[in-house]
Amino acid sequence: MFTYDFMQNAFAAALPVALVCGLSGFFLVLRAQTFAGHALSHVGFAGATGAVLIGVAPLWGLIAMTLAGGVAMGLLGERLGQRDVAIGIVLSMSLGLGLLFLNFFSAYASQATTLLFGNIMGIDAATVWTLLLLGIVAVGALGAIARPLLFASLQPELAEAKGVQPRLLSVLFLAIVALAVAESVQIVGVLLVFALMVGPAAAAQRLTTRFWSGIGLSVVLALGEAWLGLALAFTTDWPASFWITTLSGGAYLLATFRGSLLARTH
Amino acid sequence: MSAVEFAGVTLGFGARTVLAGIHLAIGDSEFVGVFGPNGAGKTTLMRAILGLLPPRQGTIRVLGRPVARGNSTIGYMPQMRGALDQLRLTGRDFVASGINGHRWGLPLLGRDARQEVAWALARVQATDLARRPLAETSGGERQRLLLAQALLGRPRLLLLDEPLISLDPNHQRAVVELTRTLQQELGIAVLFSAHELNPLLGALDRVLYLGHGHAALGTVDDVVTGPVLSRLYGSEIEVVRVNGRIFVMSGGHDVEHDAHRHDHGAHHVHV
Repeated sequence: MFTYDFMQNAFAAALPVALVCGLSGFFLVLRAQTFAGHALSHVGFAGATGAVLIGVAPLWGLIAMTLAGGVAMGLLGERLGQRDVAIGIVLSMSLGLGLLFLNFFSAYASQATTLLFGNIMGIDAATVWTLLLLGIVAVGALGAIARPLLFASLQPELAEAKGVQPRLLSVLFLAIVALAVAESVQIVGVLLVFALMVGPAAAAQRLTTRFWSGIGLSVVLALGEAWLGLALAFTTDWPASFWITTLSGGAYLLATFRGSLLARTH
Repeated sequence: MSAVEFAGVTLGFGARTVLAGIHLAIGDSEFVGVFGPNGAGKTTLMRAILGLLPPRQGTIRVLGRPVARGNSTIGYMPQMRGALDQLRLTGRDFVASGINGHRWGLPLLGRDARQEVAWALARVQATDLARRPLAETSGGERQRLLLAQALLGRPRLLLLDEPLISLDPNHQRAVVELTRTLQQELGIAVLFSAHELNPLLGALDRVLYLGHGHAALGTVDDVVTGPVLSRLYGSEIEVVRVNGRIFVMSGGHDVEHDAHRHDHGAHHVHV
């Protein structure tokens, strides 16, 4: 399996992506902002297809749009953060806009499937390096804001009283989420980012009650699901995104099941 | 030195003035209960003391210093939010997130920080229950954890915003007694807001009643009277004392009890 370049690239690409997704996803679940993450990926779809249209690599259009979207959501803060309807409308408008851009560029019909459902087997070595660099930036930024972010996520009023700036934190955090989304789109596509960003983190929070073991488990699950999904895709010749989403969903269900069993025996 | 000093303070947001021209001084080892109808400004008053709401007029001094956000000498316990019901983190990790929570970097705890968390948990007898996830604690236990979090950094002034909300009478009594013990042993000032006076009667040094933009600070006997409360509530208030309990009545209704029930219901609808 590792004699093929494309498999080496796929395994290498999954490493930074799983790391960024496992870490930022943990806070996303903790802050109950998972829907915002989902919406950012759809905003990114319009960016990616728009980039293709003007002859730029879709990854950069994706990053530009998700970053802009993340910063905008952070600035609007609470007013938008809880409004599922507003986010949902922006989400569907972005998908529609992306569809329009694709329509102008019919030569790239396969581009749609790649963006929507991911194509990790098609990643080249240069993209792996880009993903690695973006991953380092995102993880570094998250490490810099982790303490006030945790505090403000758990106790927003108290954190504000102690001098934390919730608005600034929210903007920085959603910008990091935007990078994470742009990364995971490369692997599982716009429609399935929940599989890497939310599934592992949610399962980890079901399985452990400590902060550090939770965040560690979230990363381990994200990476495990991505790598195992790749191996299964190679042996079965079924799409990797299918395997990764199935493993992510399965892990979450098992964690929930185990959690409720534990609760009953207490 | 006063823990809190208001000189001609007017507070409000938007077009609304909540408190107007307030003068008051709270001593540095005083337990003061803060009462008043919904929307009278109990939370607004605390936010102003924390430096989160600049006064429109007048000056606020906290422990001898001008009011400022991020004042480490103030411990604050905000009103409980429903979101904590679902939290799977342990009580200890939850409390510990408050240690130096405003500083950038990773939420790593050094030896001093771990000792400080252990001290705060021990002060509220929450060392054992802090091992459980927050989602599996009762309302009374959760309030003790929030109180421990407010004690981090050894504040000289504690602001507790409605800690009795949605607790049954036994747990209410336990929280009041615990707060009184902490206040006396640590020699600190406490502002404790509540809907009902009775659960706090034995513990209070003075009461602060807010209503219609005004404030009245004094002993229970001075402030909880028909004339003073009628002026604050803006309607005819009768104060009835029965067996050491005090009922604040308006047109035959128990004002404080009704307000509490109303709020209780709203809390559950929200969740």
